[in-house]
Amino acid sequence: MSVVTNDPSAHEHHHPFLQHHFEDLGQQHEASTLGMWMFLATEILFFGGVLCAYWIYRVMYPEAWAIGAAQQIWWLGAINTIVLIISSLTMALAVRNAQLGRRMGTVAMLIATLFFGSIFLGVKAYEYTKHWQEGLFPGLAFHWNEVPALAPKVQLFMTFYWTLTGLHALHMVIGAGLLLWFIWRAWAGHFGPEYYGPVEIMGLYWHFVDIVWIFLFPFLYLIHGAHHG
Amino acid sequence: MADATTTDIEHAEHAPHVHVTPLLTYFLVFLALAIGTILTVAASRYDLGMWNTPIALVIATIKAVLVILFFMHVIHSTRLTWVVIIASFLWLGVLFVLTFADYLTRVWKIY
Repeated sequence: MSVVTNDPSAHEHHHPFLQHHFEDLGQQHEASTLGMWMFLATEILFFGGVLCAYWIYRVMYPEAWAIGAAQQIWWLGAINTIVLIISSLTMALAVRNAQLGRRMGTVAMLIATLFFGSIFLGVKAYEYTKHWQEGLFPGLAFHWNEVPALAPKVQLFMTFYWTLTGLHALHMVIGAGLLLWFIWRAWAGHFGPEYYGPVEIMGLYWHFVDIVWIFLFPFLYLIHGAHHG
Repeated sequence: MADATTTDIEHAEHAPHVHVTPLLTYFLVFLALAIGTILTVAASRYDLGMWNTPIALVIATIKAVLVILFFMHVIHSTRLTWVVIIASFLWLGVLFVLTFADYLTRVWKIY
């Protein structure tokens, strides 16, 4: 912690993105990283709450959960997992390019991240359309009845499916919007070795959303034990 | 904090200390994540009795830790950041452990 001085020369050449309440860019970087992790802690507990409810009912209704997961096209979920992992790699490379001061490299990797994120959402939209047509949307539209005794419980599984994937997709859409903004900022040359913190924090958000999907994929697509027609 | 796989770049005074992760590290982590995904799918194809769920959970947890440590650069983060991350998972643990201490002991029946 350095001593605050009234030396006017200390303020002459400060970085345009150094906020006045921080002493230097290093302190600003550490504070924003910590702040983002505090936010992600609330996100972990936010998704954690829904997942906890999901596990309560999975333990109670194992057959219905296995049947519900069997309604998913597992290979679409697998492809989307790979697509999201690729987008995390390009996001990490965007941060690396920003650290190295490679302006166009940062722009290119952010565009790649947006591209793969959009593919994920496109596949998700296809799945949603299919589930809707198959009567797998909870409520009045729910018409799945292959095993009548389990239908209400399968509907409960689908409620978790739509809630969890919907919340995840909402995070993806917000992430895509942020990426558009960051592509513009990177293009404008805002980032470099001294100031790459925002790209790093954009990355923290994107990787967090990837981690959520890493758990959702086996939870919603791959439950062993479905023995129905 | 510096290790053999990290290039430390010293910039202007008071600028953030930049740890540029080598490209190889990122690609190896990506490869591990892809293999983990394939293993998750492969394991779910077999009936392993009570082991299907723990195996899926362990693979997903390993993948998450890889993303957190390397993609999210936590391996080079400050100790305060580590405290926040560990605390958040600790609270997640409290949420699950206390909830299931209730639900799993409500009736004398193994679900």
